[in-house]
Amino acid sequence: MDLYTEIILDHYKDPQNSGTLTNPTVQVVEHNPTCGDKIHLDLKITDNKVTQIAHESEGCAISIASMSLVSDEIIGKSLEEILKLDKDYIFELLHVEISAGRIKCALLGLAAIKHAILQHQQNG
Amino acid sequence: MIDFPFLKTGIHYLDNAATTQKPASVINAITEHYENGTANVHRGIHSLSEQATDQYEATRQAVADFINAKPEQIIFTKGTTESINIVAHSHDFTAEDEIIVSALEHHSNLVPWQQTKAKLRVIPLKEDLSLDLEAYKKLLSPNTKLVAITAMSNVLGTITPLQEIIDLAHANDTKVLVDAAQYASHFAIDMQKLKPDFLALSSHKMLGPTGVGILYTAHDLKPMQFGGDMILTVSQYESTFAPMPTKMEAGTPNIADVIAFKAALETLTKIGFDKIATHDTELLNYAIEKFSAHPEVTLYTPPNQAAVLSFNVKGSHPHDIASVFNEFKVAIRSGQHCAEPLMNTLGVPATARMSFHIYNTTADIDQAEKALEKVIKLFS
Repeated sequence: MDLYTEIILDHYKDPQNSGTLTNPTVQVVEHNPTCGDKIHLDLKITDNKVTQIAHESEGCAISIASMSLVSDEIIGKSLEEILKLDKDYIFELLHVEISAGRIKCALLGLAAIKHAILQHQQNG
Repeated sequence: MIDFPFLKTGIHYLDNAATTQKPASVINAITEHYENGTANVHRGIHSLSEQATDQYEATRQAVADFINAKPEQIIFTKGTTESINIVAHSHDFTAEDEIIVSALEHHSNLVPWQQTKAKLRVIPLKEDLSLDLEAYKKLLSPNTKLVAITAMSNVLGTITPLQEIIDLAHANDTKVLVDAAQYASHFAIDMQKLKPDFLALSSHKMLGPTGVGILYTAHDLKPMQFGGDMILTVSQYESTFAPMPTKMEAGTPNIADVIAFKAALETLTKIGFDKIATHDTELLNYAIEKFSAHPEVTLYTPPNQAAVLSFNVKGSHPHDIASVFNEFKVAIRSGQHCAEPLMNTLGVPATARMSFHIYNTTADIDQAEKALEKVIKLFS
């Protein structure tokens, strides 16, 4: 089975929503210490919904494609809805089987988004 | 011809710096111990226990012979990491003390020193990725209590100028610990010639079982663990300890794997380090030749390099390189290789790494090159 499908390669080479926001509600930096992957994430949250997202990602094709794919999907979703998203949701977005060694790569983007939301909620 | 059963899997195993494959003699020694020889050591009067003790101590003698040391200088640990931690634990460093490490160190020869009160000083790399010995000379001071240095980098394959480093340290009245985890599997080590104060190595990187390490020590050490076997006398409120090395080995040790480690040492001796070095050089040169033919590839090639080749491919992350290689049944390592500071020095988030041993052939590298071509096609 081929891990590097067209979807993954397209999103890796040209990630959706890459960059920064001028006036984000919340900002986080998410690391994967085992491989050095790093995501800078900006979220704009209005009325309990994510209205804008921007990320600057350094990492492997799986982590960047996953960040790119999920960034498109969460716009307009409520914070509670997003916090319920799990790894199966990400695997469906990626359309490929992710081996145990690559799961952290695939989930880094979603982890960044969830951290940003939790940080926003804690700051009230 | 030495039998390595894993060869039947058809996997092109190029991750030997992480751990090596095991010859049949090692696997059989483990099975033989559990089937016919299971007993605890240093305890029973019965024959099985005596036999287990004899075999366990025979490995200690074999290690001593292998590195030209005395058996009482050989402590069994669970690996290089534990060996280094024992030395760190055994010294009471003060805030005035300094410990010198190099920019090449694996986390196992860096993080234990960070936990002491001593200040760390780092030997930098030169432009060509070799150690800057002039900088090292300047780092040595009256406060330098220890130099902790790898003999061979797990990321770049760099062979460090050990003898010079040790001699300079000793002239400064400074002790030296050598991390020989990589080196000991590729080159002969002679304690009488090298004269380090401490040397750490791991069985599993030397064709032996996991869970066995060696700490060679020229000095008396402070036990890190207390309990059975390491004592001389025990009264209700106090105890006296056995002499070296017994006092450093509390509790029931990893008997089967220690016994099997002897078979690994015998295999390395049978092959011979001259042959290993020649083989390593041939494969490394072949890999450099094949991979450097692709302009998309960056190779990390320090002078005095052995058996390890780190690389990057334009437009791709090392994890993706390793995933594509895996599709071609080529096992390589990718990531930071437990050497995050070195990755920062190289200015990359990570590298992909091929590392060789005696059972590898140019066919493994040819297959790796096919995988490389796919990586380039996908990402560059």
